[in-house]
Amino acid sequence: MAYSDKVIDHYSNPRNMGSLDKKDKDVGTGIVGAPECGDVMKLQLKISGGVIEDARFKTFGCGSAIASSSLATEWVKGKTVDEAFQIKNTEIVNELNLPPVKIHCSVLAEDAIKAAISDYKKKNET
Amino acid sequence: MLKLPVFMDYHSTTPVDPRVLETMLPYFSEKFGNAASKNHSFGWDAEDAVAKSREQIARLISCNTKEIVFTSGATESNNLSLKGVAGMYREKGNHIITAVTEHKAILDTAKRLEKEGFEVTYLPVGTDGLIDLEALKSAITDQTILISIMLANNEIGVIQPVAEIGKIAKEKGIIFHCDAAQGVGKIPVNVDEMGIDLMSFSAHKIYGPKGVGGLYVRRKNPRVRLLAMMDGMRSGTLNVPSIVGLGEACAICEADMEEENLRLTKMRDKLQDHIMNALDEVYLNGHPEKRLAQNLNISFAYVEGESLMMGLKEIALSSGSACTTATLEPSYVLRALGVGSDLAHSSLRFGLGRFTTDEEIDYVGKRVVEAVNRLREMSPLYEMAKEGIDLKSVQWTEH
Repeated sequence: MAYSDKVIDHYSNPRNMGSLDKKDKDVGTGIVGAPECGDVMKLQLKISGGVIEDARFKTFGCGSAIASSSLATEWVKGKTVDEAFQIKNTEIVNELNLPPVKIHCSVLAEDAIKAAISDYKKKNET
Repeated sequence: MLKLPVFMDYHSTTPVDPRVLETMLPYFSEKFGNAASKNHSFGWDAEDAVAKSREQIARLISCNTKEIVFTSGATESNNLSLKGVAGMYREKGNHIITAVTEHKAILDTAKRLEKEGFEVTYLPVGTDGLIDLEALKSAITDQTILISIMLANNEIGVIQPVAEIGKIAKEKGIIFHCDAAQGVGKIPVNVDEMGIDLMSFSAHKIYGPKGVGGLYVRRKNPRVRLLAMMDGMRSGTLNVPSIVGLGEACAICEADMEEENLRLTKMRDKLQDHIMNALDEVYLNGHPEKRLAQNLNISFAYVEGESLMMGLKEIALSSGSACTTATLEPSYVLRALGVGSDLAHSSLRFGLGRFTTDEEIDYVGKRVVEAVNRLREMSPLYEMAKEGIDLKSVQWTEH
């Protein structure tokens, strides 16, 4: 299967790859997927005043999964939490030209954003 | 000079050996006759060429020249065997025994026969990929008409105890079919000593052309008959150039087998040692000794196979990860060995062959280590494992 140029670019030059301090209360961490399924994404957001200041990812998965999470970190940076929550997997599919068998990679990326936001909110409930 | 891309997927197919090609070429042009033309020299030349091919094959597998049926390859041979025995011996019984790690060409045909009312036992394999002979014995019933077990596995290279299986089959008077697509030409085969009644093989796995192969059909002790094949004949004009190529490929394998196996074992072990010494948590899949010299199948924990291949795109490899298939299921062969889905997704199959060089081995070893290290840096699983988190205890979100 041939990958799109954008997938190859994100795979070869991943944006924002790495980790933030998960104990920091400004950092929300979302881990989605399962090793048995061949995909696990960890997405971390550093949020200040309702705005996403920084984002990091680590992904176990195919090239499309890596590209989807790399793209997600690029997109959420500078967005408000509410804006980031609106990102749809279909936008990722379009941007990366993912074929039908890879759509689940984009779904995971959307889930990872939502999981990271919800972790942040849980940490800052009180 | 190292030439890229490197081909290290010799289980999938092989290039035609230049010596094989040379023997084939005249049969496309000046010696183009139909082997069935009995009245002129064009036909006689073609017939002689086919006869020679039969002799070359017969020498390699120690059979009679009349016991070879030319087919389009091992898949067709497997089909002919299973359906042919099922059709011919149905009155005698309706039970077939095979194994879970067989090639899809066998498993799909067996599934089809189940729909037609046959009972099929799929023997499990141990963590080393070998079937248990005691389990085979106890699976046999008075209805069993066929045992079909492969010689060497296409993913993990594991070599089954075929001679012992043949002996058990003989004792019970059951026909034994062996899918030897990955074994013929690579390891010694003697159909009598191994008690094989039917055997499938392909030319393109042993440096011959694609689209031709053969089926060995025993004619004595016992004479095996297949439904849909009249007197061991297959319909159609013989593909003479390809048959010539298959014969020559067999002859070269017979002559070079010992030397080639020594050389490939050395190279394969070098690659294996390089990878195992440079990386932690890598696991060899399949029996460490009872496997083809050409095969190396390794799982790299915390790294997904398809992304690994993407990082090694200048090397032709194969992965147990099935991220590209519709089912998203990893290799059923590795799963049958008890390899977890996570590690099955993390596997690479290296297939060495006649034209693999030491330079390529060094290059592939170095690049694999680089790519695995890079992806582990990117892997949340590797990070968690390094933090001491037991990945088995994590509540994952299935998807």
